[in-house]
Amino acid sequence: MTTTAATPSAPVTPVTAGEPTEERPPGRTRVALRRFAANPNAVVGAGVLLLLFLLAFAGPHLTRWSHTDIDYGALRQAPSAAHWWGTNRIGQDVYAQVLHGLQKSLLIGLLVALFATVLASVVGACAGYFGGWTDRIVTFCIDLLLVFPAFLIIAIVSPRLRDTGWLAFVGLLAVFGWMITARVVRSMTRSLKERDFVRAAQLMGVHPLRIVFRHILPNVSSFLIVDATIAVGGAVMSETGLSYFGFGVQPPDVSLGTLIADGSGAALTYPWMFFFAAGLLVVFVLAVNFLGDGLRDALDPTSAQHRRRRRRRKGGRA
Amino acid sequence: MLAYLAKRLGYYVVLLAVAVFLSYVLSSLALSPRGYFEGRQPPPPAGSVEAQLSALGINDHTPLMDRFGTWASHALRGDFGRTIDSGSVEEEFGRRVGVSLRLLLAGTVLGTVTGVLLGAWGAVRQYRLSDRAVTLFAFLLLSTPTFLLAVLLKLGAMKVNQAAGGELIAFTGEKTPGLTGSATTLLGDRAVHLLLPTLSIALGTAAAYSRYQRGTMLDVLGSDFLRTARAKGLTHRAAVLKHGLRTALVPMSTFFAYGFLALFTGAAFTEKIFGWHGMGSWFIDAVGKSDVNSVVAVNVFAAVMVLLSGFLADVLHAALDPRVRTR
Repeated sequence: MTTTAATPSAPVTPVTAGEPTEERPPGRTRVALRRFAANPNAVVGAGVLLLLFLLAFAGPHLTRWSHTDIDYGALRQAPSAAHWWGTNRIGQDVYAQVLHGLQKSLLIGLLVALFATVLASVVGACAGYFGGWTDRIVTFCIDLLLVFPAFLIIAIVSPRLRDTGWLAFVGLLAVFGWMITARVVRSMTRSLKERDFVRAAQLMGVHPLRIVFRHILPNVSSFLIVDATIAVGGAVMSETGLSYFGFGVQPPDVSLGTLIADGSGAALTYPWMFFFAAGLLVVFVLAVNFLGDGLRDALDPTSAQHRRRRRRRKGGRA
Repeated sequence: MLAYLAKRLGYYVVLLAVAVFLSYVLSSLALSPRGYFEGRQPPPPAGSVEAQLSALGINDHTPLMDRFGTWASHALRGDFGRTIDSGSVEEEFGRRVGVSLRLLLAGTVLGTVTGVLLGAWGAVRQYRLSDRAVTLFAFLLLSTPTFLLAVLLKLGAMKVNQAAGGELIAFTGEKTPGLTGSATTLLGDRAVHLLLPTLSIALGTAAAYSRYQRGTMLDVLGSDFLRTARAKGLTHRAAVLKHGLRTALVPMSTFFAYGFLALFTGAAFTEKIFGWHGMGSWFIDAVGKSDVNSVVAVNVFAAVMVLLSGFLADVLHAALDPRVRTR
């Protein structure tokens, strides 16, 4: 952290309360964007994600089949002009089903990441800022939730969720997905609390909650953005795993997990029933991970600077 | 150091007690064993359902706190009650715990060691072709959920078996039923059966650890004390191994504790997919049967394992980082 000022090309410390007034040094967003564009993995990841979103939300309109339609004249048919990705054993169109499943998995992943990150940032920052009993109670809750694999609890509660639908499932996944992020935010907040701008705000009599939301959280935002991105991938993986075993999305609704479960038995004889869903799942999570990694390099000045330093030294040695 | 570890242990015992209580309450509220009995064909008389539920200690007409009190007082004496099929929970536990532990142990050790070594190696060779290849492969594995990895491995094995025209890679269950022969044949048979399930757990673990280890190792490699070590005449290899790797392992001990959660979940999926009768598949079946006592028993097992690995991480941390010992 202390080396930030040493390199001239390093960006100004992450946004603080005031907006930069002079025009000359490029803004934080521009610097981040430039670094991001220079990273091929990240750009490919972002592009693939964009395509997948387009496919999931526009793709279903291109075919006349919906995910519940059954074509009795075409059972277990290989991909053809009528059914682009073939049909399954009861004659449902695999293309329509996979895209609908992708849509559901994407929505679940995004919502879970959003809820979990908001919860983690507020709880973590409050625990770190207020300290004392708030901190002790929050830490205990975090440790308590970490004792159980989320899978166990969600599986136990899932029979009760059959009737409430997938939004309750999103809530559950979020409740079990915020703890580690909150821990990091808490420790970051504890060091930010000692910084001068927070001290100044305190002395000016700014309300503590306002300090948390206006001064602390913006300073951990780059971590939160990266973490939320990675969390989307994690949430989709949990969702598909739970759905695979029947604890998640319930029929007649489909997600990538239920589709993989249905297709895995026949994967060798009728590969299209399995590999489209499995392939899209892996490609999606992979793209999210690449994007998250690229964002980390672009937004976190310490990590990028670190890499530059290493690279320069290596250049010197060679 | 002992005072520090004793304090951590005390904290973990409190956590365990609260966690067990919560999991009992949650399981009792969410599962409905009454529905399981009433749904039987032919429908049993109401009185017999009532009697069975009471005998198992899971009658929802008894107040929840009374049920928990009875269960806890028995559990403290090592009696975890009866399964919904009136078997003994401890016997079922004894049958299955070995299966899970073998899988978890093999997966953890293999995955952690490979991951740490690959990560450290990748950091030393940053941006070379080998580092890029390892990174890409790790990303690919990290993007594949454990259940999908297990299914893919199984499909691959089926393909190999088809091509070979026989059972080259056996993957269903722990051993070939009814196989006879010398001890080495039996042991070899078990080893082959262990191969795919272990791989499906270890690969994901190794990928995750290699990423973390690469990150912490990169931080250490740029540090001043490593330069000092080189300056006082240590070879590059000795400096990296003695001063670099040890320091880079300290933050890893925290990941070790969290990693166990993911590992346990992965093992549950893997057991179910490969037809192993371990704790994970017991749990999935028990939820399906609304078997409260079995579900709670698996929860207790998981909680104890997580806290044990947390404690192990503390010990490791204390052993690696001298600052903790003096605290």
